[in-house]
Amino acid sequence: MKARQVRADVSAGARSLSALGRLSPGEGHRLALSVVLSAGAMAAAIGLLATSGYLISRAAQRPQILALMVAIVAVRAFGLARAALRYGERLSSHDLALRQLARLRVRFYGRLAGLLPGQLRRGSADLLARFVSDVDTLSDIYLRALIPTLAALAVITAASIAAWVILPGAGVAVLASLALAALVLPWLSAAVAARSGRRQATVRARLLGELVESIDGAQELVMCGRADERMARLRDTDAELARLGRSDALAGALATGLGGALTGAGLLGVLLVGIAAVRSGALSGVLLAALAFLFLAAYESVVPLPAAARSIRLCSAASRRLQEVCDTRAAVTDPSAPKTPSGAGELCAHGVRLRYGAGEPWVLDGLELRLARGDRVAVVDPSGAGKSTLAELLVRFRDPDEGRVTLDGVDAREITQEQLRRAVLLCGQDAHLFNTTIRENLLLARRDADERDLLAALREVELDGWVAGLPDGLDTFVGDDGELLSGGQRERIALARALLSDARFVILDEPTAHLDAQLARRVIANVLGHCEDRGILLITHDPQLAGDCQRILHVSEPTA
Amino acid sequence: MAAPVHRRLLRESRAARRHLALAGLLGVLGAGLIVGQAALLAYIIDRAALHRASLADLQAQLLALGAVLLARAAVDGGFELSGRLGASRVMSELRARLSRHLLLDSPAGHDGEERTGELAACAVQGVDALQAYFAGYLPQLVLAAFVPLAVLAWATSVDPLSAGILALTIPILILFMILIGKGARVQTRRRWRALSLLSAHFLDVVRGLPTLRAHRREAAQARILADVGERYRAETMATLRVAFLSALVLELCAMIGTALVAATIGVQLAGGYLSLTAGLTVLLLAPELYAPLRGVGQQFHASADGTAAAERIFAVLDRPLGIADAAAQEPAPAGARLAQRRVALARRLPDPAREPIRLDGVGFAYPHRKEPALDGVDLRLAPGQTTALVGTSGAGKSTVAKLLMRLADPTAGRVSCGGVDLRELDAELWRGQIAWVPQHARLFAGSVAENIRLGAPDASDERLQRAAAAAGALEFIEGLPHGMDTPLGEDARRLSAGQRQRIALARAFLRDARLLVLDEPTANLDEESARRIAGALTALTRGRTTLLIVHHALLAERADRVLRLEGGRLARPADGDELVDRRLLEEVA
Repeated sequence: MKARQVRADVSAGARSLSALGRLSPGEGHRLALSVVLSAGAMAAAIGLLATSGYLISRAAQRPQILALMVAIVAVRAFGLARAALRYGERLSSHDLALRQLARLRVRFYGRLAGLLPGQLRRGSADLLARFVSDVDTLSDIYLRALIPTLAALAVITAASIAAWVILPGAGVAVLASLALAALVLPWLSAAVAARSGRRQATVRARLLGELVESIDGAQELVMCGRADERMARLRDTDAELARLGRSDALAGALATGLGGALTGAGLLGVLLVGIAAVRSGALSGVLLAALAFLFLAAYESVVPLPAAARSIRLCSAASRRLQEVCDTRAAVTDPSAPKTPSGAGELCAHGVRLRYGAGEPWVLDGLELRLARGDRVAVVDPSGAGKSTLAELLVRFRDPDEGRVTLDGVDAREITQEQLRRAVLLCGQDAHLFNTTIRENLLLARRDADERDLLAALREVELDGWVAGLPDGLDTFVGDDGELLSGGQRERIALARALLSDARFVILDEPTAHLDAQLARRVIANVLGHCEDRGILLITHDPQLAGDCQRILHVSEPTA
Repeated sequence: MAAPVHRRLLRESRAARRHLALAGLLGVLGAGLIVGQAALLAYIIDRAALHRASLADLQAQLLALGAVLLARAAVDGGFELSGRLGASRVMSELRARLSRHLLLDSPAGHDGEERTGELAACAVQGVDALQAYFAGYLPQLVLAAFVPLAVLAWATSVDPLSAGILALTIPILILFMILIGKGARVQTRRRWRALSLLSAHFLDVVRGLPTLRAHRREAAQARILADVGERYRAETMATLRVAFLSALVLELCAMIGTALVAATIGVQLAGGYLSLTAGLTVLLLAPELYAPLRGVGQQFHASADGTAAAERIFAVLDRPLGIADAAAQEPAPAGARLAQRRVALARRLPDPAREPIRLDGVGFAYPHRKEPALDGVDLRLAPGQTTALVGTSGAGKSTVAKLLMRLADPTAGRVSCGGVDLRELDAELWRGQIAWVPQHARLFAGSVAENIRLGAPDASDERLQRAAAAAGALEFIEGLPHGMDTPLGEDARRLSAGQRQRIALARAFLRDARLLVLDEPTANLDEESARRIAGALTALTRGRTTLLIVHHALLAERADRVLRLEGGRLARPADGDELVDRRLLEEVA
């Protein structure tokens, strides 16, 4: 049952891997080159050891030194070749991996771009982090999985043929033991990893959850005198995890031991065949050492295979998850024959209904909205009533189930997204600040804005003084997702960015959640003043802020 | 050694000492087995190749070789086992110390400084990464210490000339490893940094996709992504070309060493100065001499993640403790003595409902911030009264609350109750008298009832109901699918901010404490919820000493006194008994 499950997983993974991992033309050559170099390096190592074995055995027969010269030169040449080939292989495989990484990123980014935020939204921070690390994982597939596997295949074949030429029986022994090791060891290692992953995953997740809860809630636990109890619980979970870990460690150690035993068995097999052949005269004595050493060196090609198998497992899991993203069709697409909005009309919603799935309650039920230039409309409602969904409809991050959104009287689905968003800008609750300077973050809205424009926009959100006081001014870095700024500063920079854009309609979704009531009111008043000739839709939970608007719209109770 | 041992990790992994000792023992054993295998193999080949010995003649040697090979397999398995067990022990110990540090010793020290999830993931997943260190790198290091010695010793006894050559190459090899290693480590670190930067950039872009789309920059960003990827590739390849040179040189050293030894042995054999057995043994041992040395370099990088995870935890453990516990201060008083001391401390415990709490010249600075959060604050909380503390965010209000609850100790001045410095009290006993309603009440995995009982685990069902009713929470709790038994927390967040806050209030009601600390209990709530909670709060504060941190006019109106904090100082001078007039309040609200 489990085995079938695993096999099904693996084959599904393999399918998505082959779908995702298709090489671009240049990469095919590089892959071939890497495999050849890698196999060549291993072959050189085999040559070095086998020739040395021959050299010494031959020398023991006390021939003229000159008779040994060829072998001595060959040994040195193999040694040098091995080092050089290995160097080349490392460079070419890393180059391949980096190219692959860049290509995969651009490709998956393109797929994802159509889905955010409408289709992959809730709890998506982890999902996105997962996505990024999956792409990273997948880019390793050549370096860690395919190149070692293909190279091992080539080396095993070549070594077996070489051994067969020397002594057919030895060729069979070499092939049998190397092939067995190449099949059994990776399978065993992947199975052990899968088993421990399966068994430990739930306990780990529980421990992780308990740890996060304990660290985040430390103050409450301490204040309520529950810290000791919590420590005991963490210890118990930890002990459970350790117990599982111990048995998995034993399984892993057994697999490793078995690998060693297989080498030993192979070596003994080659020796037995070889000794018998020397005795019967089928094999010259000087080649016995060469055969044994050939086997030992060839075995090195099998060593990286278990890690390659684990890597394949990781890659196939990653590609399966990525495939899901790729298979999700973007719900919002541009029309084939787009119309052009006149640029002089209103932004409207007519009888818009929307729900998150069939059978679920309507989030928006018959919503009507009219927004003309110069209008200030507020949307005030308890949270969860679909205010943010309304905002997403108006910029077409999603489409309504019924009714329509129109710009200048044209259905939003009949114009390009580019055209629509040129006219309608959403400054969302979760507006993102990129890990660059304040200037770059502002320029996102208008590439050609000059210093004066930027400072003017910052003045409206009362950040001009703060920026002037920064040692690097506009060129101050904001950190990852603006982490070097306070929540209020982040919000205000996002607002300033919205002011810089030349959209006719601006939708502000909870733009001041982190500001003091007073500052929020001043900033919103400034923003409304600054946007006299634009239509503003202000979404907020604070009725005070809505005071400056001409109309108030309630999402939960549809009104005109 | 080119790649040094992580001293701190070893020193701190007391739990893994036995495993490390075992690894050492296995290392010695493994070195002996390597030499034994080479010698046996060489002897067998010698007898069979030169003397045409039959299988029967060599039976004993073949059996011995089989035994040695099996033993080597067992040693390899043993290495892995001891390494994995050691890694898991060390990680368990680190996790225990981490949770002790964050929970008991410094509960307020963590405040939003870093991402909890990331730190916890580090503590849980780090064990995998640490395995590479304990099961990969350390055994390799042990082998690198013993194997060359054993090999050289044996080689000297059979062929001093080759042994001399090998002995000469080792210092050269190590010298190169150190010389190149230094440069390579910088290069490698730079490379990893570049790669992780690239990854972070990608994540940044992906997270910002909605914003990019809103500003119609998604297509432009795709081009930037491609450009950045190509630039990093070119730069990284330039560094790699240099970084891989170190491996190239090491490889060349080892290969040339082996080739030289092979030639030397060949010449000696041809001259009849050496037996084939001796020659083959030395030849077989030559690669074994270099393998562990090279392995150390390879494993070092693999283990870097594990040591990074451990370092991340060490960094948290190294942070100074938030409070000094009076009961635990003396060097570890054991069971009975600790209990005695607790009793003695309990006798001195002042009652905050009857005796005033004073802050005298209190200052507090967070270790990682320059500006002090509090600076020379004098304040008095009259027993049984509600004191409201107003001020803009960042003025230090919550810090005052932390000091009152002894989640942190002041860095200057003192906080006292009834004249007793809080630092002289047992923190746990003192906190036992306090109920706290924070700005963002936290719900724990468990039922609604368990969450309300957090501060009073033994409270009866009847008291539970009354507390919930008093907090205005009973109505919505009864509307939940399983009432009081409805699961909450991580996987069941179905409560609104207002409902969570009311559960926190119910907690405070049930706790029935002498001192109440309410930290913006209605921030983040809509008007209606705030009004409802304000009513419950009035009931709760009656007869209790209360510190109310607030910027909501509705609540501050009910306070007996209103004080204002500004930039870590009280806005009005000194004795703190002053009433702030109502106009100020309006301005604040």
